[in-house]
Amino acid sequence: MTDAGTITDSGASGEAPVTTLATPMRLDYQYTAGLSQSRFLQGIAQGKFIGQRCPACHKVYVPPRGSCPTDGVATTDPVELSNIGTVTTYCVVNVPFQGQSIEIPYICAQILLDGANIAFMGLIQEMSAADVRMGMRVEAVWLPKDQWGLTMASVKYFRPNGEPDADYETFKEYL
Amino acid sequence: MSPAATARAAVRPVGVVSVAQTKSVRREDHRNEVEMLMPIVTEVFANIGVTKLDMGFVCSGSTDYLVGAPFSFVMALDAVGVWPPMRESHVEMDGAWALYEAWTLLQEGEIDTALVYSFGRSSPSQLDRILALQLDPYYMAPMWPDPVALAALQAQALIDTGKATEKDFAVVAARSRRDALGNPNAQVAKDQSPDELLRDDYVVAPLRRHALPPITDGVVAVVLAAEDRARDLCDRPAWITGIDHRIEAHALGARDLAQSPSTRAAAQGAGVFDASDAVHVDVAELHAPFAHQELILREALGLADSVAVNPSGGALAANALMVAGLLRIVEAATRIMDGSAGSAIAHATSGPCLQQNLVCALAAEPSGPTGKGA
Repeated sequence: MTDAGTITDSGASGEAPVTTLATPMRLDYQYTAGLSQSRFLQGIAQGKFIGQRCPACHKVYVPPRGSCPTDGVATTDPVELSNIGTVTTYCVVNVPFQGQSIEIPYICAQILLDGANIAFMGLIQEMSAADVRMGMRVEAVWLPKDQWGLTMASVKYFRPNGEPDADYETFKEYL
Repeated sequence: MSPAATARAAVRPVGVVSVAQTKSVRREDHRNEVEMLMPIVTEVFANIGVTKLDMGFVCSGSTDYLVGAPFSFVMALDAVGVWPPMRESHVEMDGAWALYEAWTLLQEGEIDTALVYSFGRSSPSQLDRILALQLDPYYMAPMWPDPVALAALQAQALIDTGKATEKDFAVVAARSRRDALGNPNAQVAKDQSPDELLRDDYVVAPLRRHALPPITDGVVAVVLAAEDRARDLCDRPAWITGIDHRIEAHALGARDLAQSPSTRAAAQGAGVFDASDAVHVDVAELHAPFAHQELILREALGLADSVAVNPSGGALAANALMVAGLLRIVEAATRIMDGSAGSAIAHATSGPCLQQNLVCALAAEPSGPTGKGA
Protein backbone atom coordinates (compact mmCIF):
# COMPACT_ATOMS: atom_id res chain seq x y z
CA MET A 1 0.00 0.00 0.00
CA THR A 2 1.20 3.54 -0.71
CA ASP A 3 0.56 6.43 1.67
CA ALA A 4 -2.53 7.34 -0.37
CA GLY A 5 -3.95 3.86 0.32
CA THR A 6 -3.87 2.60 -3.26
CA ILE A 7 -2.68 -0.85 -4.19
CA THR A 8 0.44 -0.84 -6.35
CA ASP A 9 0.33 -2.86 -9.56
CA SER A 10 2.52 -5.58 -8.15
CA GLY A 11 2.16 -7.10 -4.73
CA ALA A 12 4.49 -6.42 -1.82
CA SER A 13 6.47 -9.48 -2.81
CA GLY A 14 6.99 -8.08 -6.31
CA GLU A 15 5.07 -10.95 -7.89
CA ALA A 16 2.67 -10.42 -10.79
CA PRO A 17 -0.87 -9.38 -9.78
CA VAL A 18 -3.59 -12.04 -9.71
CA THR A 19 -5.99 -11.17 -12.53
CA THR A 20 -8.13 -14.31 -12.73
CA LEU A 21 -9.78 -16.56 -10.18
CA ALA A 22 -11.63 -19.72 -11.23
CA THR A 23 -14.52 -20.98 -9.09
CA PRO A 24 -16.17 -24.13 -10.45
CA MET A 25 -19.93 -24.09 -9.83
CA ARG A 26 -22.65 -26.60 -10.52
CA LEU A 27 -26.32 -26.53 -9.55
CA ASP A 28 -28.70 -29.47 -9.97
CA TYR A 29 -32.48 -29.13 -10.12
CA GLN A 30 -35.47 -31.43 -9.80
CA TYR A 31 -37.63 -29.85 -12.47
CA THR A 32 -41.44 -29.84 -12.27
CA ALA A 33 -42.89 -29.78 -15.77
CA GLY A 34 -46.36 -28.84 -14.51
CA LEU A 35 -49.79 -30.17 -15.44
CA SER A 36 -50.02 -28.92 -19.03
CA GLN A 37 -46.42 -29.58 -20.06
CA SER A 38 -46.76 -33.07 -18.57
CA ARG A 39 -49.77 -33.71 -20.82
CA PHE A 40 -47.80 -32.39 -23.79
CA LEU A 41 -44.82 -34.65 -23.06
CA GLN A 42 -47.10 -37.66 -22.53
CA GLY A 43 -48.49 -36.90 -26.01
CA ILE A 44 -44.97 -36.75 -27.45
CA ALA A 45 -44.25 -40.18 -25.94
CA GLN A 46 -47.22 -41.44 -28.02
CA GLY A 47 -46.11 -39.68 -31.20
CA LYS A 48 -48.61 -36.79 -30.95
CA PHE A 49 -48.45 -33.01 -30.53
CA ILE A 50 -51.04 -32.08 -27.87
CA GLY A 51 -51.77 -28.36 -27.51
CA GLN A 52 -54.27 -26.53 -25.31
CA ARG A 53 -57.00 -24.05 -26.24
CA CYS A 54 -57.69 -20.80 -24.38
CA PRO A 55 -61.36 -20.72 -23.31
CA ALA A 56 -61.42 -16.91 -23.76
CA CYS A 57 -59.68 -16.20 -27.10
CA HIS A 58 -59.81 -19.79 -28.46
CA LYS A 59 -56.16 -19.73 -29.50
CA VAL A 60 -54.28 -23.04 -29.36
CA TYR A 61 -50.87 -23.07 -27.67
CA VAL A 62 -48.20 -25.71 -28.23
CA PRO A 63 -46.24 -26.63 -26.21
CA PRO A 64 -48.81 -25.41 -23.66
CA ARG A 65 -47.68 -23.92 -20.35
CA GLY A 66 -51.07 -23.94 -18.65
CA SER A 67 -52.00 -20.30 -19.16
CA CYS A 68 -53.07 -18.06 -22.02
CA PRO A 69 -50.41 -15.32 -21.98
CA THR A 70 -52.95 -12.87 -23.43
CA ASP A 71 -55.91 -13.54 -21.17
CA GLY A 72 -54.19 -14.94 -18.07
CA VAL A 73 -56.67 -17.82 -17.77
CA ALA A 74 -56.05 -21.56 -17.56
CA THR A 75 -55.93 -23.45 -20.86
CA THR A 76 -57.50 -26.76 -19.95
CA ASP A 77 -59.02 -27.99 -23.24
CA PRO A 78 -56.53 -30.36 -24.97
CA VAL A 79 -56.25 -30.25 -28.78
CA GLU A 80 -54.42 -32.84 -30.89
CA LEU A 81 -52.48 -31.09 -33.62
CA SER A 82 -51.27 -32.08 -37.05
CA ASN A 83 -47.85 -33.51 -37.80
CA ILE A 84 -47.64 -30.91 -40.59
CA GLY A 85 -46.93 -27.21 -40.35
CA THR A 86 -45.60 -24.06 -41.99
CA VAL A 87 -42.20 -22.39 -41.63
CA THR A 88 -43.05 -18.85 -40.53
CA THR A 89 -39.45 -17.69 -40.31
CA TYR A 90 -36.00 -19.27 -40.07
CA CYS A 91 -32.28 -18.79 -39.74
CA VAL A 92 -29.39 -20.71 -41.26
CA VAL A 93 -26.68 -21.61 -38.78
CA ASN A 94 -23.22 -21.26 -40.32
CA VAL A 95 -21.17 -20.77 -37.16
CA PRO A 96 -19.48 -23.75 -35.52
CA PHE A 97 -19.60 -23.94 -31.71
CA GLN A 98 -18.51 -26.36 -29.01
CA GLY A 99 -20.77 -29.36 -28.66
CA GLN A 100 -22.43 -28.86 -32.04
CA SER A 101 -24.03 -32.16 -33.06
CA ILE A 102 -25.34 -31.24 -36.52
CA GLU A 103 -23.28 -30.55 -39.61
CA ILE A 104 -23.32 -26.86 -40.65
CA PRO A 105 -24.93 -25.14 -42.43
CA TYR A 106 -28.30 -26.18 -41.00
CA ILE A 107 -31.74 -24.59 -40.68
CA CYS A 108 -33.43 -23.57 -37.47
CA ALA A 109 -37.04 -22.55 -38.09
CA GLN A 110 -40.19 -21.35 -36.37
CA ILE A 111 -42.83 -23.91 -37.25
CA LEU A 112 -46.56 -23.25 -36.99
CA LEU A 113 -48.32 -26.60 -36.79
CA ASP A 114 -51.68 -26.77 -38.58
CA GLY A 115 -54.33 -25.94 -35.99
CA ALA A 116 -51.95 -24.08 -33.64
CA ASN A 117 -51.80 -20.36 -32.94
CA ILE A 118 -48.19 -20.18 -31.86
CA ALA A 119 -45.01 -21.32 -33.61
CA PHE A 120 -42.22 -23.26 -31.94
CA MET A 121 -38.61 -23.77 -32.89
CA GLY A 122 -37.52 -26.83 -34.83
CA LEU A 123 -34.69 -28.19 -36.91
CA ILE A 124 -35.20 -28.60 -40.70
CA GLN A 125 -33.27 -31.35 -42.48
CA GLU A 126 -33.33 -33.33 -45.74
CA MET A 127 -32.96 -30.18 -47.86
CA SER A 128 -30.32 -27.66 -48.91
CA ALA A 129 -30.10 -24.72 -46.52
CA ALA A 130 -30.05 -22.46 -49.60
CA ASP A 131 -33.62 -23.47 -50.49
CA VAL A 132 -35.43 -22.77 -47.19
CA ARG A 133 -38.15 -20.08 -47.34
CA MET A 134 -40.97 -18.58 -45.37
CA GLY A 135 -44.24 -20.39 -45.99
CA MET A 136 -42.56 -23.72 -46.73
CA ARG A 137 -44.70 -26.70 -45.69
CA VAL A 138 -42.94 -29.24 -43.47
CA GLU A 139 -43.70 -32.45 -41.58
CA ALA A 140 -42.26 -33.92 -38.39
CA VAL A 141 -39.91 -36.88 -38.71
CA TRP A 142 -40.05 -39.00 -35.57
CA LEU A 143 -37.55 -41.44 -34.15
CA PRO A 144 -38.53 -45.14 -34.41
CA LYS A 145 -41.56 -45.76 -32.16
CA ASP A 146 -39.60 -47.78 -29.60
CA GLN A 147 -37.46 -44.69 -28.96
CA TRP A 148 -40.33 -42.28 -28.22
CA GLY A 149 -40.15 -40.82 -24.73
CA LEU A 150 -41.05 -37.83 -22.54
CA THR A 151 -38.75 -35.55 -24.55
CA MET A 152 -38.85 -33.38 -27.66
CA ALA A 153 -35.84 -35.42 -28.82
CA SER A 154 -38.49 -37.99 -29.88
CA VAL A 155 -38.93 -35.72 -32.92
CA LYS A 156 -35.76 -36.04 -35.02
CA TYR A 157 -36.45 -32.97 -37.15
CA PHE A 158 -38.87 -31.54 -39.73
CA ARG A 159 -38.51 -31.90 -43.50
CA PRO A 160 -40.30 -30.47 -46.56
CA ASN A 161 -43.48 -32.46 -47.26
CA GLY A 162 -43.78 -31.41 -50.90
CA GLU A 163 -46.99 -29.34 -50.58
CA PRO A 164 -47.08 -25.91 -52.28
CA ASP A 165 -45.93 -23.05 -50.03
CA ALA A 166 -48.53 -21.49 -47.72
CA ASP A 167 -49.88 -18.08 -48.64
CA TYR A 168 -48.24 -15.29 -46.60
CA GLU A 169 -51.67 -14.12 -45.41
CA THR A 170 -52.18 -17.44 -43.58
CA PHE A 171 -49.19 -17.00 -41.26
CA LYS A 172 -48.36 -13.26 -41.19
CA GLU A 173 -50.03 -12.98 -37.77
CA TYR A 174 -47.44 -15.34 -36.28
CA LEU A 175 -44.24 -13.52 -37.19
CA MET B 1 -40.73 17.66 13.78
CA SER B 2 -37.93 15.38 12.70
CA PRO B 3 -37.07 15.30 8.97
CA ALA B 4 -38.53 11.78 8.76
CA ALA B 5 -41.80 12.96 10.28
CA THR B 6 -41.98 15.86 7.81
CA ALA B 7 -41.51 13.46 4.91
CA ARG B 8 -44.22 11.17 6.23
CA ALA B 9 -46.73 14.00 6.32
CA ALA B 10 -46.45 14.24 2.55
CA VAL B 11 -47.03 10.53 1.96
CA ARG B 12 -50.00 9.60 -0.22
CA PRO B 13 -52.25 7.12 1.60
CA VAL B 14 -51.87 3.68 0.03
CA GLY B 15 -53.42 0.54 1.48
CA VAL B 16 -53.47 -3.21 1.06
CA VAL B 17 -56.98 -3.95 -0.24
CA SER B 18 -56.78 -7.65 -1.15
CA VAL B 19 -54.50 -10.60 -0.39
CA ALA B 20 -54.25 -14.25 -1.46
CA GLN B 21 -51.79 -17.03 -0.76
CA THR B 22 -51.29 -20.73 -1.45
CA LYS B 23 -51.09 -23.28 1.30
CA SER B 24 -47.37 -23.65 1.98
CA VAL B 25 -46.06 -27.12 1.15
CA ARG B 26 -42.73 -28.95 1.29
CA ARG B 27 -42.84 -29.68 -2.41
CA GLU B 28 -45.37 -28.84 -5.11
CA ASP B 29 -44.98 -31.82 -7.42
CA HIS B 30 -47.69 -31.24 -9.99
CA ARG B 31 -47.93 -27.57 -10.89
CA ASN B 32 -45.24 -25.31 -12.33
CA GLU B 33 -44.82 -21.69 -11.20
CA VAL B 34 -47.39 -20.26 -13.61
CA GLU B 35 -49.93 -22.91 -12.67
CA MET B 36 -49.39 -22.13 -8.97
CA LEU B 37 -49.77 -18.38 -9.53
CA MET B 38 -52.86 -18.35 -11.73
CA PRO B 39 -55.45 -19.30 -9.10
CA ILE B 40 -53.89 -16.89 -6.58
CA VAL B 41 -53.91 -13.96 -9.03
CA THR B 42 -57.53 -14.85 -9.88
CA GLU B 43 -58.42 -14.95 -6.18
CA VAL B 44 -56.72 -11.66 -5.27
CA PHE B 45 -58.74 -9.92 -8.03
CA ALA B 46 -62.01 -11.78 -7.30
CA ASN B 47 -61.88 -10.79 -3.61
CA ILE B 48 -62.55 -7.17 -4.60
CA GLY B 49 -64.29 -7.64 -7.96
CA VAL B 50 -61.54 -6.25 -10.20
CA THR B 51 -59.61 -7.57 -13.21
CA LYS B 52 -56.09 -7.04 -14.52
CA LEU B 53 -57.50 -4.15 -16.59
CA ASP B 54 -58.07 -2.26 -13.32
CA MET B 55 -54.39 -2.48 -12.36
CA GLY B 56 -52.10 0.49 -13.03
CA PHE B 57 -48.94 -1.51 -12.38
CA VAL B 58 -47.75 -5.07 -11.87
CA CYS B 59 -44.62 -5.86 -9.86
CA SER B 60 -43.22 -9.26 -8.89
CA GLY B 61 -40.42 -10.62 -6.74
CA SER B 62 -38.64 -13.93 -7.41
CA THR B 63 -35.27 -15.34 -8.37
CA ASP B 64 -34.21 -17.34 -11.41
CA TYR B 65 -31.77 -19.33 -9.27
CA LEU B 66 -34.67 -21.15 -7.61
CA VAL B 67 -36.39 -21.96 -10.90
CA GLY B 68 -33.17 -22.82 -12.70
CA ALA B 69 -34.35 -20.93 -15.79
CA PRO B 70 -33.50 -17.48 -17.16
CA PHE B 71 -36.19 -14.77 -17.15
CA SER B 72 -38.59 -17.01 -15.24
CA PHE B 73 -40.44 -13.89 -14.08
CA VAL B 74 -41.37 -13.12 -17.69
CA MET B 75 -42.95 -16.57 -18.05
CA ALA B 76 -44.72 -16.04 -14.73
CA LEU B 77 -46.49 -13.02 -16.25
CA ASP B 78 -48.55 -15.52 -18.25
CA ALA B 79 -50.48 -15.98 -15.01
CA VAL B 80 -51.69 -12.37 -15.34
CA GLY B 81 -52.01 -12.15 -19.13
CA VAL B 82 -50.38 -8.85 -19.98
CA TRP B 83 -52.54 -7.86 -22.92
CA PRO B 84 -53.17 -5.05 -23.65
CA PRO B 85 -49.58 -4.16 -22.66
CA MET B 86 -49.21 -3.22 -19.00
CA ARG B 87 -46.74 -1.23 -16.95
CA GLU B 88 -44.74 -3.97 -15.27
CA SER B 89 -41.58 -4.50 -13.24
CA HIS B 90 -39.73 -7.22 -11.36
CA VAL B 91 -37.22 -7.36 -8.53
CA GLU B 92 -34.79 -10.24 -8.12
CA MET B 93 -35.70 -10.09 -4.41
CA ASP B 94 -38.37 -11.10 -1.96
CA GLY B 95 -41.82 -9.83 -2.94
CA ALA B 96 -41.74 -7.35 -0.04
CA TRP B 97 -39.32 -5.28 -2.11
CA ALA B 98 -41.66 -5.56 -5.11
CA LEU B 99 -44.36 -4.11 -2.86
CA TYR B 100 -41.96 -1.29 -1.94
CA GLU B 101 -41.46 -0.51 -5.63
CA ALA B 102 -45.22 -0.51 -6.24
CA TRP B 103 -45.79 1.72 -3.18
CA THR B 104 -43.14 4.16 -4.51
CA LEU B 105 -44.82 4.33 -7.91
CA LEU B 106 -48.20 4.89 -6.23
CA GLN B 107 -46.64 7.82 -4.36
CA GLU B 108 -45.97 9.53 -7.70
CA GLY B 109 -49.71 9.75 -8.21
CA GLU B 110 -49.98 8.57 -11.83
CA ILE B 111 -51.58 5.27 -10.89
CA ASP B 112 -54.11 4.30 -8.22
CA THR B 113 -53.74 0.51 -8.12
CA ALA B 114 -51.02 -2.15 -8.33
CA LEU B 115 -50.77 -5.93 -8.28
CA VAL B 116 -47.79 -7.32 -6.38
CA TYR B 117 -46.96 -11.01 -6.28
CA SER B 118 -44.09 -13.35 -5.61
CA PHE B 119 -43.42 -17.00 -6.25
CA GLY B 120 -40.85 -19.17 -4.60
CA ARG B 121 -40.26 -22.85 -4.97
CA SER B 122 -37.44 -23.78 -2.64
CA SER B 123 -37.77 -27.51 -3.36
CA PRO B 124 -36.42 -28.04 -6.91
CA SER B 125 -32.92 -26.75 -6.20
CA GLN B 126 -29.99 -27.35 -3.86
CA LEU B 127 -30.86 -24.53 -1.50
CA ASP B 128 -27.63 -24.69 0.46
CA ARG B 129 -25.60 -24.11 -2.68
CA ILE B 130 -27.87 -21.46 -4.14
CA LEU B 131 -27.81 -19.38 -0.97
CA ALA B 132 -24.00 -19.59 -0.90
CA LEU B 133 -24.00 -17.78 -4.24
CA GLN B 134 -25.31 -14.57 -2.67
CA LEU B 135 -22.01 -14.26 -0.77
CA ASP B 136 -18.84 -12.48 -1.86
CA PRO B 137 -17.80 -14.45 -4.98
CA TYR B 138 -14.03 -14.39 -4.39
CA TYR B 139 -13.37 -15.42 -0.82
CA MET B 140 -16.61 -16.85 0.59
CA ALA B 141 -18.83 -18.37 -2.11
CA PRO B 142 -16.08 -20.76 -3.36
CA MET B 143 -16.11 -22.37 0.10
CA TRP B 144 -19.89 -22.99 -0.24
CA PRO B 145 -20.80 -22.05 3.33
CA ASP B 146 -24.39 -23.19 3.84
CA PRO B 147 -27.03 -20.89 5.32
CA VAL B 148 -27.48 -22.98 8.47
CA ALA B 149 -23.77 -22.73 9.29
CA LEU B 150 -23.85 -18.95 8.81
CA ALA B 151 -26.99 -18.64 10.94
CA ALA B 152 -25.28 -20.74 13.62
CA LEU B 153 -22.39 -18.25 13.69
CA GLN B 154 -24.94 -15.53 14.30
CA ALA B 155 -26.75 -17.55 16.98
CA GLN B 156 -23.47 -18.19 18.77
CA ALA B 157 -22.60 -14.48 18.57
CA LEU B 158 -25.96 -13.73 20.23
CA ILE B 159 -25.36 -16.30 22.97
CA ASP B 160 -21.90 -14.83 23.56
CA THR B 161 -23.45 -11.42 24.36
CA GLY B 162 -25.32 -13.07 27.25
CA LYS B 163 -28.68 -11.82 25.91
CA ALA B 164 -30.06 -15.22 24.92
CA THR B 165 -29.71 -18.95 25.46
CA GLU B 166 -30.58 -22.04 23.46
CA LYS B 167 -33.69 -22.34 25.63
CA ASP B 168 -34.82 -18.92 24.33
CA PHE B 169 -34.52 -20.23 20.76
CA ALA B 170 -36.70 -23.21 21.69
CA VAL B 171 -39.29 -20.89 23.27
CA VAL B 172 -39.54 -18.92 20.02
CA ALA B 173 -39.88 -22.13 17.97
CA ALA B 174 -42.47 -23.68 20.31
CA ARG B 175 -44.63 -20.53 20.30
CA SER B 176 -44.36 -20.08 16.51
CA ARG B 177 -45.35 -23.63 15.66
CA ARG B 178 -48.13 -23.66 18.23
CA ASP B 179 -49.52 -20.42 16.74
CA ALA B 180 -49.25 -22.02 13.30
CA LEU B 181 -51.93 -24.52 14.38
CA GLY B 182 -54.37 -21.64 13.84
CA ASN B 183 -53.03 -20.88 10.35
CA PRO B 184 -54.53 -23.19 7.68
CA ASN B 185 -51.78 -22.19 5.22
CA ALA B 186 -48.87 -23.07 7.51
CA GLN B 187 -46.57 -25.96 6.67
CA VAL B 188 -45.16 -26.82 10.12
CA ALA B 189 -47.66 -26.61 12.99
CA LYS B 190 -47.43 -28.56 16.22
CA ASP B 191 -47.80 -28.20 19.95
CA GLN B 192 -44.52 -29.06 21.68
CA SER B 193 -42.96 -27.57 24.78
CA PRO B 194 -39.57 -25.85 24.64
CA ASP B 195 -38.18 -28.64 26.86
CA GLU B 196 -39.31 -31.26 24.36
CA LEU B 197 -37.72 -29.28 21.51
CA LEU B 198 -34.43 -29.05 23.38
CA ARG B 199 -34.11 -32.82 23.04
CA ASP B 200 -33.58 -32.34 19.26
CA ASP B 201 -30.09 -32.97 17.95
CA TYR B 202 -27.97 -30.08 16.79
CA VAL B 203 -27.98 -29.45 13.05
CA VAL B 204 -25.12 -26.99 13.43
CA ALA B 205 -24.48 -26.04 17.06
CA PRO B 206 -25.98 -24.04 18.69
CA LEU B 207 -28.94 -24.51 16.30
CA ARG B 208 -31.16 -27.55 16.74
CA ARG B 209 -33.70 -28.76 14.20
CA HIS B 210 -36.53 -26.65 15.68
CA ALA B 211 -34.56 -23.40 15.24
CA LEU B 212 -34.43 -23.90 11.45
CA PRO B 213 -37.07 -22.88 8.89
CA PRO B 214 -38.80 -25.52 6.75
CA ILE B 215 -38.14 -25.77 3.01
CA THR B 216 -41.29 -24.47 1.36
CA ASP B 217 -42.97 -23.93 -2.01
CA GLY B 218 -45.55 -21.16 -2.16
CA VAL B 219 -46.90 -18.05 -3.86
CA VAL B 220 -48.58 -14.91 -2.55
CA ALA B 221 -50.34 -11.89 -4.11
CA VAL B 222 -51.45 -8.44 -2.93
CA VAL B 223 -53.43 -5.58 -4.44
CA LEU B 224 -52.47 -2.07 -3.33
CA ALA B 225 -54.70 0.94 -3.91
CA ALA B 226 -54.42 4.65 -3.10
CA GLU B 227 -56.82 7.00 -1.30
CA ASP B 228 -60.46 6.84 -2.42
CA ARG B 229 -59.78 3.94 -4.76
CA ALA B 230 -58.69 1.90 -1.72
CA ARG B 231 -61.86 2.88 0.18
CA ASP B 232 -63.99 1.93 -2.84
CA LEU B 233 -62.40 -1.50 -3.13
CA CYS B 234 -62.21 -2.46 0.54
CA ASP B 235 -64.28 -1.67 3.65
CA ARG B 236 -61.21 -1.66 5.83
CA PRO B 237 -57.92 -1.30 3.94
CA ALA B 238 -54.66 -1.94 5.78
CA TRP B 239 -53.04 1.47 5.21
CA ILE B 240 -49.27 1.63 4.81
CA THR B 241 -48.30 4.43 7.20
CA GLY B 242 -44.57 4.03 6.63
CA ILE B 243 -42.15 1.76 4.78
CA ASP B 244 -38.38 1.73 4.44
CA HIS B 245 -35.52 -0.71 3.86
CA ARG B 246 -31.80 -0.67 4.66
CA ILE B 247 -28.83 -2.91 3.96
CA GLU B 248 -25.63 -3.77 5.85
CA ALA B 249 -22.13 -4.65 4.66
CA HIS B 250 -21.75 -7.67 2.40
CA ALA B 251 -18.80 -9.07 4.36
CA LEU B 252 -20.12 -10.97 7.39
CA GLY B 253 -16.92 -10.21 9.29
CA ALA B 254 -17.60 -6.48 8.99
CA ARG B 255 -20.89 -6.79 10.91
CA ASP B 256 -21.92 -7.31 14.51
CA LEU B 257 -24.15 -10.31 13.82
CA ALA B 258 -25.83 -10.13 17.24
CA GLN B 259 -27.53 -6.84 16.32
CA SER B 260 -29.60 -5.59 13.42
CA PRO B 261 -28.88 -1.88 12.89
CA SER B 262 -30.41 -2.01 9.40
CA THR B 263 -33.73 -3.19 10.88
CA ARG B 264 -33.58 -0.34 13.36
CA ALA B 265 -32.78 2.22 10.63
CA ALA B 266 -35.57 0.89 8.41
CA ALA B 267 -38.00 1.06 11.33
CA GLN B 268 -36.97 4.65 12.00
CA GLY B 269 -37.51 5.42 8.32
CA ALA B 270 -40.95 3.82 8.51
CA GLY B 271 -41.72 5.98 11.54
CA VAL B 272 -42.70 3.19 13.91
CA PHE B 273 -41.02 4.40 17.11
CA ASP B 274 -42.84 6.42 19.74
CA ALA B 275 -41.25 9.13 21.91
CA SER B 276 -39.81 6.52 24.27
CA ASP B 277 -38.16 4.66 21.36
CA ALA B 278 -40.52 1.68 21.57
CA VAL B 279 -42.95 0.16 19.09
CA HIS B 280 -46.56 -0.12 20.25
CA VAL B 281 -48.65 -2.01 17.72
CA ASP B 282 -51.12 -4.86 18.08
CA VAL B 283 -49.24 -7.27 15.83
CA ALA B 284 -45.69 -7.69 14.50
CA GLU B 285 -45.00 -10.16 11.71
CA LEU B 286 -41.22 -10.61 11.70
CA HIS B 287 -39.40 -12.47 8.94
CA ALA B 288 -37.01 -14.47 11.11
CA PRO B 289 -36.20 -17.74 9.30
CA PHE B 290 -34.04 -18.88 12.23
CA ALA B 291 -35.45 -18.78 15.78
CA HIS B 292 -32.64 -16.65 17.24
CA GLN B 293 -33.22 -13.98 14.59
CA GLU B 294 -36.60 -13.13 16.14
CA LEU B 295 -34.76 -12.19 19.35
CA ILE B 296 -32.35 -9.92 17.44
CA LEU B 297 -35.24 -8.27 15.59
CA ARG B 298 -37.29 -7.78 18.78
CA GLU B 299 -34.40 -5.91 20.35
CA ALA B 300 -33.76 -3.77 17.23
CA LEU B 301 -37.43 -2.81 17.16
CA GLY B 302 -37.86 -2.33 20.89
CA LEU B 303 -41.13 -4.24 20.74
CA ALA B 304 -43.38 -3.81 23.77
CA ASP B 305 -44.31 -7.06 25.54
CA SER B 306 -47.94 -6.51 24.59
CA VAL B 307 -47.19 -6.96 20.87
CA ALA B 308 -48.35 -10.27 19.39
CA VAL B 309 -45.33 -11.52 17.43
CA ASN B 310 -45.87 -13.80 14.44
CA PRO B 311 -49.42 -14.99 15.19
CA SER B 312 -49.26 -16.72 11.77
CA GLY B 313 -46.37 -18.89 12.94
CA GLY B 314 -43.89 -16.80 10.93
CA ALA B 315 -41.06 -18.15 8.81
CA LEU B 316 -40.52 -21.06 11.22
CA ALA B 317 -43.90 -22.37 10.04
CA ALA B 318 -43.45 -21.69 6.29
CA ASN B 319 -40.48 -20.18 4.50
CA ALA B 320 -40.87 -20.10 0.72
CA LEU B 321 -37.85 -18.12 -0.43
CA MET B 322 -38.75 -14.78 -2.05
CA VAL B 323 -42.30 -15.17 -0.68
CA ALA B 324 -41.89 -15.27 3.11
CA GLY B 325 -41.18 -11.51 3.43
CA LEU B 326 -44.22 -10.40 1.42
CA LEU B 327 -46.20 -13.01 3.31
CA ARG B 328 -45.39 -11.14 6.55
CA ILE B 329 -47.02 -8.01 5.08
CA VAL B 330 -49.99 -10.13 3.96
CA GLU B 331 -50.42 -11.71 7.41
CA ALA B 332 -50.16 -8.34 9.17
CA ALA B 333 -52.53 -6.67 6.69
CA THR B 334 -55.03 -9.53 7.02
CA ARG B 335 -55.37 -8.86 10.76
CA ILE B 336 -56.10 -5.19 10.13
CA MET B 337 -58.53 -5.91 7.29
CA ASP B 338 -60.47 -8.44 9.39
CA GLY B 339 -60.65 -6.05 12.35
CA SER B 340 -58.65 -8.16 14.80
CA ALA B 341 -55.85 -5.54 14.90
CA GLY B 342 -55.72 -1.77 14.59
CA SER B 343 -52.03 -1.47 13.88
CA ALA B 344 -49.18 -3.73 12.86
CA ILE B 345 -45.64 -3.82 11.60
CA ALA B 346 -44.35 -6.28 9.04
CA HIS B 347 -40.69 -7.02 8.49
CA ALA B 348 -38.91 -8.76 5.62
CA THR B 349 -35.29 -9.85 5.38
CA SER B 350 -32.89 -10.85 2.64
CA GLY B 351 -29.29 -11.98 2.47
CA PRO B 352 -27.29 -13.99 5.01
CA CYS B 353 -27.80 -13.37 8.75
CA LEU B 354 -30.38 -10.57 8.35
CA GLN B 355 -28.18 -8.54 5.98
CA GLN B 356 -30.99 -6.49 4.45
CA ASN B 357 -34.22 -5.53 6.19
CA LEU B 358 -37.51 -3.89 5.28
CA VAL B 359 -40.05 -2.56 7.75
CA CYS B 360 -43.64 -1.75 6.78
CA ALA B 361 -46.02 -0.08 9.23
CA LEU B 362 -49.73 -0.75 8.73
CA ALA B 363 -52.80 0.72 10.40
CA ALA B 364 -56.59 0.80 10.11
CA GLU B 365 -56.42 4.58 9.58
CA PRO B 366 -54.10 6.26 7.04
CA SER B 367 -53.07 8.73 9.74
CA GLY B 368 -51.43 6.01 11.81
CA PRO B 369 -51.93 3.58 14.67
CA THR B 370 -55.22 3.51 16.51
CA GLY B 371 -56.71 1.11 19.03
CA LYS B 372 -57.57 -2.49 18.39
CA GLY B 373 -60.57 -2.91 16.14
CA ALA B 374 -60.80 0.85 15.46
